[in-house]
Amino acid sequence: MVGITSYGAYIPLYRIQRMTIYQALGWLNPASLLPGEKAVANYDEDSLTMAVAAAVDCLNGMEREEIDGLFFATTTLPYKERQNAGIIATALDLRADARTSDFTASLKSGTGALISAYDAVKSGSAKSVLVCAADCRLGKPGGYQEEIYGDGAAALLLGNNDVIASIEGTYSLSYDFSDNWRSDEDKFNRTWEDRWIRDEGYGKFIPEAISGLMKKYDLKPKDIAKVVYPCLYIGAHASMGKGLGFEKGQIQDHLFTFIGNTGTAYPLMILVAALEDAKPGDKIIVASYGNGSDAILLQVTDNIKKLKERRGIKKHLASKKDIGLYEKYVTFREVLPIDTGGRGEEVAPTQMTILWRERKWLLGLRGSKCRRCGTPQYPPQEICANPKCGAVKEMDDYRFSDKRGRLFTYTGDILAFSPSPPAIYGMVDFEGGGRWMFDLIDCELDSLKVGMPVEMSFRRKFHDLSRRLYVYFWKATPIRA
Amino acid sequence: MAEGIKDKVAIIGMGCTKFGERWDMSANRLMVEAFLEALEDAGIEKKDINAAWSGTCYEEVSVGKSAIPLSVTLKLPYIPATRVENFCATGSEALRGACYGVASGAFDIALAVGVEKLKDTGYGGLPQTDTQVGTSFRFAFPNYTPPGMFAMMGTRYFAQYGLSPEEGKRVLAHITVKSHHNGAMNPKAHLRREVTIDEVVNAPIVAWPLGLFDCCGVSDGAAAAIVCRADIAKKFRPDPVYVKALQIAASSGWEIMCCEWDYAHVESTVHASRRAYKEAGIKDPRKEISMMEVHDCFSITELTIYEDLGISPRGRAKVDVEAGFYDLNGTIPCQPDGGLKCFGHPIGASGLRMMYEMYKQLQGKAGPRQIKNPKYGLTHNMGGIPPMNVVSVCIVGL
Repeated sequence: MVGITSYGAYIPLYRIQRMTIYQALGWLNPASLLPGEKAVANYDEDSLTMAVAAAVDCLNGMEREEIDGLFFATTTLPYKERQNAGIIATALDLRADARTSDFTASLKSGTGALISAYDAVKSGSAKSVLVCAADCRLGKPGGYQEEIYGDGAAALLLGNNDVIASIEGTYSLSYDFSDNWRSDEDKFNRTWEDRWIRDEGYGKFIPEAISGLMKKYDLKPKDIAKVVYPCLYIGAHASMGKGLGFEKGQIQDHLFTFIGNTGTAYPLMILVAALEDAKPGDKIIVASYGNGSDAILLQVTDNIKKLKERRGIKKHLASKKDIGLYEKYVTFREVLPIDTGGRGEEVAPTQMTILWRERKWLLGLRGSKCRRCGTPQYPPQEICANPKCGAVKEMDDYRFSDKRGRLFTYTGDILAFSPSPPAIYGMVDFEGGGRWMFDLIDCELDSLKVGMPVEMSFRRKFHDLSRRLYVYFWKATPIRA
Repeated sequence: MAEGIKDKVAIIGMGCTKFGERWDMSANRLMVEAFLEALEDAGIEKKDINAAWSGTCYEEVSVGKSAIPLSVTLKLPYIPATRVENFCATGSEALRGACYGVASGAFDIALAVGVEKLKDTGYGGLPQTDTQVGTSFRFAFPNYTPPGMFAMMGTRYFAQYGLSPEEGKRVLAHITVKSHHNGAMNPKAHLRREVTIDEVVNAPIVAWPLGLFDCCGVSDGAAAAIVCRADIAKKFRPDPVYVKALQIAASSGWEIMCCEWDYAHVESTVHASRRAYKEAGIKDPRKEISMMEVHDCFSITELTIYEDLGISPRGRAKVDVEAGFYDLNGTIPCQPDGGLKCFGHPIGASGLRMMYEMYKQLQGKAGPRQIKNPKYGLTHNMGGIPPMNVVSVCIVGL
């Protein structure tokens, strides 16, 4: 049996009320107001960091050495050339011989990556493949896309042991339907007329894929516990399910008014939400939308009851903070070119040689643990940092990224440049030993206390604008939910 | 312990520029200003100098790398010249080079100059050079500033000794008010205005819990010392100042990697000061030290230094501060010249500036700030951040 063995999700802490966007730019496009809110990434998050967060949620203490591959699906690649999945694999501290691939350029690349991972495990070429999908798309200020696009990620582990939801079949459609596109020169998406998208694309391809799948596997709507597909238009989403013969209760909530349309990650995030409530024996259909559609049939197994608790969609949904200002949102996404001050302009050259040589500790947050005195230490040391020990080259690798810690001390610094001042940083004492200083993110200065528990989160450390490099590192955050 | 350099070296001349925003002065011209004062004070000629040490930290906005700018600017051809750098303890390193050179017998007379030109960056605070902790560490360090690194000591000190931020900030404000009082009387100081406790605690925050007045001045300036063999010092002046101890300690970084260190003290200060007391023959610093200039880059730094030097008991510096123990008319006046707080902090010059005040005080030339009959003066100069640093402690006397 091949299928999903674990799942995880990530929704950034910040939400923006669609009314907040409307209040800022509704004068430009009075017809653009939509209900609810959408999830927005912090200034140091992108599709890659959110994918790492979803993967961490999915792995949830599992052995990372057993993962044979990592597929990353997104339309918002931080790098066009330099494999993004490779950065994620290094951050997750996966084996170097785990295969990595980026799946991109279409909103159905999330389901595409899932099908490819399924094929790899089914063929026997890999035992376990991690699929991460994330997106962080930008609509032009004042437009409909800005109202609908949300940021988020999902991660699914595919394997043939302890499967919680087996993949029973797939059905794919591919059409060069250009409702929505972004060329290599574009920062924002461009679209064609909404009525055409709704009636000729969205409203047709998903039903065609789902009914194609059901026909292929001889299924009736009543055989299906939940059907999962993305929302582009709230009304059309509901009528589409009805048209396929599903009752309201069979259609998984689209989350559109909570997180927005999260691109490649979107159908997989809704699938995670469906799995959170699924019972053994449930059949679930998940379909994507984008230049056609992929539909996948899953069947939930008894193993789902054994799955350890995680944040998934539910806890991430409940843990949120209103960004408050539209201006903050566009500053975080580098849409509004703010005055960083002289200090913010000073970024030393980024040396690729160092990022390569030191990748295990700079991307993977690996330190060392002394075999003689047992002291974990970061960065990895050759000579033990414990003054009472001093052992030479008696170190084992030690991963800090999955350890929690306590905030030993902290400050909120107004002088240091930050797109979201004050720059908050502090010293973290890790459970099990070892300490280091980290930036703190997703928190307010007033909410911090000496001794409070924290965990690690993979983020953009800085954007080296003159060399067009995103440099990543781990930050500390208060334990989320 | 080796026998040390006690009474082997004497300071016979010193110079110090006015510190401040010297918009019209280059680092080179500041160096000349301090050097000429020292030369005149020593009563020697330039050709008498056998060797020179130059201390400058931020070469990015100063004279550049190496000791060549010193030799070129001061026109000291073909004598041994060395540049030293040890973050904010750079000035003391220049002095240490000159003193050790003379004590070794290699030279009779040596020069130490420290200079920094901080106000050429275009923004407030110290220059933002994110590679200063190393090109690899830079990727793993928070985007920190010095106020933030020392602010974390405040957070920790308050938590450890049960002070609310409000109580803690009031204790720190006493330190600031005292230094402003002294600095106001010093014509060479950068910041010369008395402040009140309320002004200090209500000032805008720079890095929580530190406010504007908890931070030292960011200044341009230079200072210089001319030292010679102790046995020939009286040929130049009747009141040379003798070096009793000169110690330096650098941390191994266990503080930042192991969980034992409390972030409420600086361990290097403990080690450097104990070695300095031993070298100088001081048994009880609280009774024997007459005055001191310590590295008060931030008010919290000064508070913890009192304890690290072994003068105030651990966690009890508050009591001494509030009793006026460190005031100009107190038992051990601290920062009689205004300190880094008000005299200002041109990095490479600060260690020598501290010594300039101790030297003038010992010679009875400190004007309205004169301390009565000082015997031993102590300087404490710290470079780096609380979890990784280098600390120099020097003791001088007549």
